[in-house]
Amino acid sequence: MTFLARIDNLSKFEQFVTNCAIQFGLDATRTSGLQVAVEEVFVNICHYAYPNSGGTASIVAGTEGDALVLEISDIGIPFNLLLSSDPDTSQDILERKVGGLGCYLIRKFTDHASYRRVNGANILKLVVLRIMGQ
Amino acid sequence: MNIETSKESTTMVVKVTGRLDAVTSSEYEQKFNALIADGETMFIVDLENLVYISSAGLRALLATAKRIKGKKGLVSLANIGGSVKEVFDISGFGSIFPMYNSVASALTAVTG
Repeated sequence: MTFLARIDNLSKFEQFVTNCAIQFGLDATRTSGLQVAVEEVFVNICHYAYPNSGGTASIVAGTEGDALVLEISDIGIPFNLLLSSDPDTSQDILERKVGGLGCYLIRKFTDHASYRRVNGANILKLVVLRIMGQ
Repeated sequence: MNIETSKESTTMVVKVTGRLDAVTSSEYEQKFNALIADGETMFIVDLENLVYISSAGLRALLATAKRIKGKKGLVSLANIGGSVKEVFDISGFGSIFPMYNSVASALTAVTG
């Protein structure tokens, strides 16, 4: 499934993921966490992948055993979202930076996340197990 | 997302319904900026009917609360639950904001 990488397509993108999660049988809590992770990826593509022009974000869903596997790709500038550093979650309100949470939430709400660059495409693979910790 | 406001004594109670995400977070900030411009400094944000929050939503909450704290004000949160609470806990936002189980208990704490 391919979407124009525009913020106003976020709900359509997330609906696709939610439908996949429901079909797969992911529980409500894990589905909600997956929505957060997927939003981070899609919004990042919308904001940074195509600095000089519009572009697209594609998503492919599949299963590997007891895991739901999503691959989200763009053909924008090379960027590994997963290399962002984690925020300091112990800081108080005035010290806390506004931002830096996206990558952290992707890692927290998936069981595995990986990046690869293939044939000019950024591909982010997110894996969520049907039951946490299996 | 929908935002309703009501005034309880000197405190603004802001009820947020729906989703606070990359699409709606700017609307949240605009609403608060308008309230701050009107001179409001004490806020209770009622999140009972907030069903989803992403990092963009957290950023909006944090940016707004920082602005209000800079004006010697305070943002307290009430009725956080479900998946929104999970995102809060994971992000460490639970320790940033005063949190209460109800608007009434937040009002008692704020106004004494």
